[in-house]
Amino acid sequence: MKILVCIKQVPESNKVEVDPVTGVLKRDGAASKMNPYDLYALECAFRIREQVGGSVHVISMGPPQAKQVIREAFAMGADGGTLLSDRKFGGADVLATSYTIAQGIKACGTFDLIFCGRQTTDGDTAQVGPEISEWLDIPSVADVVKINKVEEDGITVSMDLPGEVEVAKVQFPCLLAVNKDIFQPRLPSYVKKMETKDREIRVVSLADMKDQDEMHYGLNGSPTQVQKIFPPAVNDKKEVWEETGDVLAEKLFDKIVEMKFA
Amino acid sequence: EYVDDTVKPSVNKEEWKGIVVYVDHVDGKIHPVTFELLGKAKELAAITGHPVYALFMGNHITEQSRELLHYGADKVFVYEEEELARFKIEPYTAVFEDFIGKIKPSSILVGATTVGRQLAPRVAARMKTGLTADCTILEMNEDTDLSQIRPAFGGNIMAHIKTPNHRPQMATVRYKIMNAPKRQEEAEGEIVSCAIAKEKLGSHVEVLDIVQKEKEQFIENADVLVVAGRGVKKPEDLANLQKLADLLGGQLACTRPVAEAGWLPAKCQIGLSGRTVRPKLIITCGVSGAVQFTAGMNHAENIFAINSDPKAPIFKTAHYCLVGDLYEILPQLIQKIEAKKGA
Ligand SMILES: Cc1cc2nc3c(=O)[nH]c(=O)nc-3n(C[C@H](O)[C@H](O)[C@H](O)COP(=O)(O)OP(=O)(O)OC[C@H]3O[C@@H](n4cnc5c(N)ncnc54)[C@H](O)[C@@H]3O)c2cc1C
Ligand SMILES: Cc1cc2nc3c(=O)[nH]c(=O)nc-3n(C[C@H](O)[C@H](O)[C@H](O)COP(=O)(O)OP(=O)(O)OC[C@H]3O[C@@H](n4cnc5c(N)ncnc54)[C@H](O)[C@@H]3O)c2cc1C
Repeated sequence: MKILVCIKQVPESNKVEVDPVTGVLKRDGAASKMNPYDLYALECAFRIREQVGGSVHVISMGPPQAKQVIREAFAMGADGGTLLSDRKFGGADVLATSYTIAQGIKACGTFDLIFCGRQTTDGDTAQVGPEISEWLDIPSVADVVKINKVEEDGITVSMDLPGEVEVAKVQFPCLLAVNKDIFQPRLPSYVKKMETKDREIRVVSLADMKDQDEMHYGLNGSPTQVQKIFPPAVNDKKEVWEETGDVLAEKLFDKIVEMKFA
Repeated sequence: EYVDDTVKPSVNKEEWKGIVVYVDHVDGKIHPVTFELLGKAKELAAITGHPVYALFMGNHITEQSRELLHYGADKVFVYEEEELARFKIEPYTAVFEDFIGKIKPSSILVGATTVGRQLAPRVAARMKTGLTADCTILEMNEDTDLSQIRPAFGGNIMAHIKTPNHRPQMATVRYKIMNAPKRQEEAEGEIVSCAIAKEKLGSHVEVLDIVQKEKEQFIENADVLVVAGRGVKKPEDLANLQKLADLLGGQLACTRPVAEAGWLPAKCQIGLSGRTVRPKLIITCGVSGAVQFTAGMNHAENIFAINSDPKAPIFKTAHYCLVGDLYEILPQLIQKIEAKKGA
């Protein structure tokens, strides 16, 4: 079984601030980590490899320093890794990101099973996985809460719906976006880290892609445009209501209805 | 190599008309986010004079599709096929593509449910267009561009996003973000039956089983919490708080003394030595507001505190400070909510 896991490097903390003058995100660069949701995707891949054999490859799109998360995946047990990195990939929205990753996947070979995390802690859209599956023309299931069974021709998983869980069998090749807590992710091992410290990470740029049309990548290939970024309105409201019980009940009721809780 | 930045794919926006809402459902049971989005679509459409459409795909949904005519849709497009009975990514995307090809809607709104969050991106990629996730504010511009405002970085920042050179422009919106419109007595608009070639409805996904979820409740996951403090005199009195929590679709939680007295299990305790919660709404009843308690809940979005002592420290943390007796307020509040639900 050839398994691929998509991992992203994200800022250490999502408590970012917006520069009030320039309106630009203040990212104090250095501190970054693997998107925590992707640890669950990796864990699923390792468990399936342990069960049926095969290999786990990881892929990440980002600047050169994103090699760090690929090294971390090696220390957890990944067999190989590819970084998609090119200045021309910069400024990508979900469409361009998923297209780049799909092209990058094709440049790496073919896979039976692709895992994504549910979402990231920065862009936070949870859209990249399903869009990759469209570009690759393979079925996908998101909100996977359980891997029920792995067979020769496909995988049976449980998908979380509001009041129920749907059990479905998906044929290979396919893409799964898994939820947090599906398994407890393993910690990176020092021994593995040492063993893999010289392992090559292949860097794929636009020149290595089958489609080399710049207009399909980065800012050029992004239909959405961020017009402005601003801090959210904080709830610094403070109202003191000193009234009789009847009036308080009435006011509380009106407020709860206004806020759509009742 | 010279690249001309000014060459952007341009689209004739005149050709794209209408705002369509995807009808989110499981087994024909329409998710209420659909009605909220129809209400929003109606508001947005008023700016540009565009029609409002609903797109409904499923099986045995004729009856339910009529219901949508009570919420302001000008046309409800219905695809009724056996293969569409349950959500499957490939046939649902194929239907969406068929619909977009025929109708050419300018904007598409999809509820950010389990289904919507996988279907919308798949459709966006197929149409090679933009999709803005989890919008909290939507505004229509006269040139038919949709201004989409959404939180990112776990809600720590907001982004204002547009899709100026592509159509359709797509957005997802979570449940309970937009206002639910009132159901109109009269049905308006029309139902349009649509057909799609069978061979487009194939899938590599087979639904094997549907399991009802057992409700294991954790206060950490609740959107609404009603909290009992020592101002609640007897364990029997918790029944009223529980009732309020049920009516609001929430859960009952407590302070340490209440848990220590054994009135509620330890897993219901909020605070430093209990659980940390961040619900959308929290109503504390007879809680003094010691720091060990507030440390576990001060990031809640909307904090209401009921306490008879105007000097209670909980009022430093609360957004709405109700100085009064919980025994007077709660029964009347419960009555009002029940009356509204009954109506
Ligand atoms: C404030 C803000 C708001 C934004 N809003 C939107 C928007 O509404 N629509 C839009 O199209 N773009 C938006 N973007 C851009 C978007 O965040 C980036 O395009 C990003 O690359 C896409 O994904 P995400 O972080 O949301 O990933 P998600 O879709 O949340 O990630 C899901 C999974 O996909 C995989 N994955 C995602 N990115 C990578 C990667 N680079 N390498 C490897 N695997 C990856 C991982 O497995 C991850 O767990 C926004 C950006 C910002 C800063
Ligand atoms: C190390 C440590 C850890 C702790 N951890 C926690 C923790 O995790 N969680 C926790 O909750 N506590 C914790 N505590 C205890 C904490 O300090 C407080 O003692 C506790 O939170 C008080 O609980 P209470 O508000 O229910 O009771 P009280 O402090 O007795 O307050 C009762 C309130 O009810 C009001 N009241 C009375 N009658 C009515 C009425 N009819 N209508 C309206 N209001 C009324 C009163 O004015 C009063 O303000 C901890 C303490 C320590 C030292």
